[in-house]
Amino acid sequence: MKTILVAEYRNGKTLAGHGELSAFAALVGAESAMFLVGNKNDLPAYEGTIYLADVDHFGEFNPDVHKQLLLEVIAGEQPDLVVFSHSSYGWDLAPRIALALQAAQVSEVVAVQGDSLVIPFCNGKLRRAVRSLSGTTVVTLQAGAFTALETPAASPTVVEITTDVSGKITFNGYEAAEQGGVDLSKSQIIVSAGRGIGKPEAMAMIADLAGALGGDFGASRPVVDAGWAEHNRQVGTTGQTVAPKLYVACGISGAIQHLAGMKKAEFVVAVNTDKDAPIGELADVLVVADLKQFVPILTEKLRAL
Amino acid sequence: MESKFKINAAGTWHETADLAWRMNEYDEYAVEQAVQLKEQVAGADLTVLCIGPERVKETMKKALAMGCDRGFHVADDAAQTKDPLQIAAIIAEYAKGQNFTMIFTGMQSQDRGSAQVGVLVAEMLALPSITTLVGFSYTDGTITAKRELEGGVKGLLTVKAPALCTCQLGLNTPRYPTLPNIMKAKKKELLSVPIQDLLKENARQETARMFFPEKKGGGLVLEGDVADLADRLIRILKEKTTVLA
Ligand SMILES: Cc1cc2nc3c(=O)[nH]c(=O)nc-3n(C[C@H](O)[C@H](O)[C@H](O)COP(=O)(O)OP(=O)(O)OC[C@H]3O[C@@H](n4cnc5c(N)ncnc54)[C@H](O)[C@@H]3O)c2cc1C
Ligand SMILES: Nc1ncnc2c1ncn2[C@@H]1O[C@H](COP(=O)(O)O)[C@@H](O)[C@H]1O
Repeated sequence: MKTILVAEYRNGKTLAGHGELSAFAALVGAESAMFLVGNKNDLPAYEGTIYLADVDHFGEFNPDVHKQLLLEVIAGEQPDLVVFSHSSYGWDLAPRIALALQAAQVSEVVAVQGDSLVIPFCNGKLRRAVRSLSGTTVVTLQAGAFTALETPAASPTVVEITTDVSGKITFNGYEAAEQGGVDLSKSQIIVSAGRGIGKPEAMAMIADLAGALGGDFGASRPVVDAGWAEHNRQVGTTGQTVAPKLYVACGISGAIQHLAGMKKAEFVVAVNTDKDAPIGELADVLVVADLKQFVPILTEKLRAL
Repeated sequence: MESKFKINAAGTWHETADLAWRMNEYDEYAVEQAVQLKEQVAGADLTVLCIGPERVKETMKKALAMGCDRGFHVADDAAQTKDPLQIAAIIAEYAKGQNFTMIFTGMQSQDRGSAQVGVLVAEMLALPSITTLVGFSYTDGTITAKRELEGGVKGLLTVKAPALCTCQLGLNTPRYPTLPNIMKAKKKELLSVPIQDLLKENARQETARMFFPEKKGGGLVLEGDVADLADRLIRILKEKTTVLA
């Protein structure tokens, strides 16, 4: 079995996610080579061949061009698997490659079971074991599902690659994440509100509980998107990463993008009407209750302590 | 789609009875962005397409009430089990030759969640595509877009129409259809064709099994009267954490 691992480079740096791709290749017992549009002075710690296209020439984001570069590597290597991270770079490029190869793409793989790849289904409430029916298979891996191996100082063999294709999309640089306001990354206690709070007025109840515990309040993305909380309160992959002693998730289902931001919390309490909510997989305590009733009573009792 | 799932007897899918169905959240943003563009561009005509069983017509009526001009329904009782490439091929088969200036899809579906269909459609039609859209403007055929990256960073892009965008949460504020618009939507064209007319691709993947995620264990589940639950939780926090010290 042979794989091509697609590493990523952004804002002048090679991203760390490639370690998880290598771990996946090792798990399925595959021989691998790596593909990167990057910089020869910042190579991934990888023992093997890296097909490297110069980022100064081909750009950090240029899907048509990156697609062509990768397709040429695939034509030469004839891999069984082409492996991406399920990231903004991976989910953008992978389907382009899958279609060019007329291959199956299995997205957001979390585990391998025999000849099947396991992926989440219905917002993570179910799992699906999927079998590819095509010769080559394109996969994207859920962030954190495969633990990166410790790589001792590695010395990759670099093969420089190039193409003369140009792309239709013009990349004009980056806009930084919104800054300022609260920095939840240092908070010891965080109470977060999810869509389950139902209405904007209920934010006050969450803030009150946070106050009674002597902590800060946070929110899931839908709460921020709806304008019920400021963006700098958002916990998750596109918000803040937090590591408090206590994290109380109120009306939050536990989507992977939210969990990614709070799984380092020491102790997690979830308040949810749904006993099967995925947050229960991670919570130390799942309180099955309507938060509108439970939160005010808890707040009152904490204040009375 | 929320509610309680039950796995079917064969262990390969879930039962479909007793579930609540609604428009894919990401597609609400796609419909809203398309309607806003239609309002901006004089003479624009907007079609909403959905592949699925009879019940998806309810979702399509919502899109019509939000402002789409016509609906194209591809009737398929087994749509959920089609793979992304098949779904994309059906859409591309319909769209080819129709010269759409813009196609909007969701970034991902909430059930299948593959984040593939939009990009595949664009590739099949040889159109440029921008994924994970969180900002969009359109001037004289040029699209200025923001795509969301990890950590809240955004990539700034421009591309010329025709093009396809896959829409991310928070792109806009999807409107609620008003009663008059719901009434008007009832009179709009909603054409239905059988899937056989458009499906020409075989599946590239199949579902071997469907199951519930393993509970990692260790987690305590508390149920009962809320006041009692609060007391029990406080006791646990005192024992297991230092936050109440
Ligand atoms: C690329 C990408 C990046 C993303 N980044 C982030 C991110 O940074 N942060 C983030 O949070 N999300 C992010 N998301 C969105 C994420 O996938 C989920 O959609 C989101 O986390 C869901 O938020 P939620 O749990 O508040 O809402 P829902 O999933 O709607 O869950 C609501 C929960 O509330 C419960 N509930 C309802 N009523 C009550 C009640 N009365 N009492 C108690 N419980 C109740 C329900 O049972 C349910 O579990 C991202 C998605 C994508 C695709
Ligand atoms: N059955 C379908 N009918 C119409 N559009 C669909 C269908 N399935 C997926 N899509 C579109 O493709 C997007 C991405 O879906 P997916 O690749 O399944 O994550 C969705 O947000 C929809 O816009």
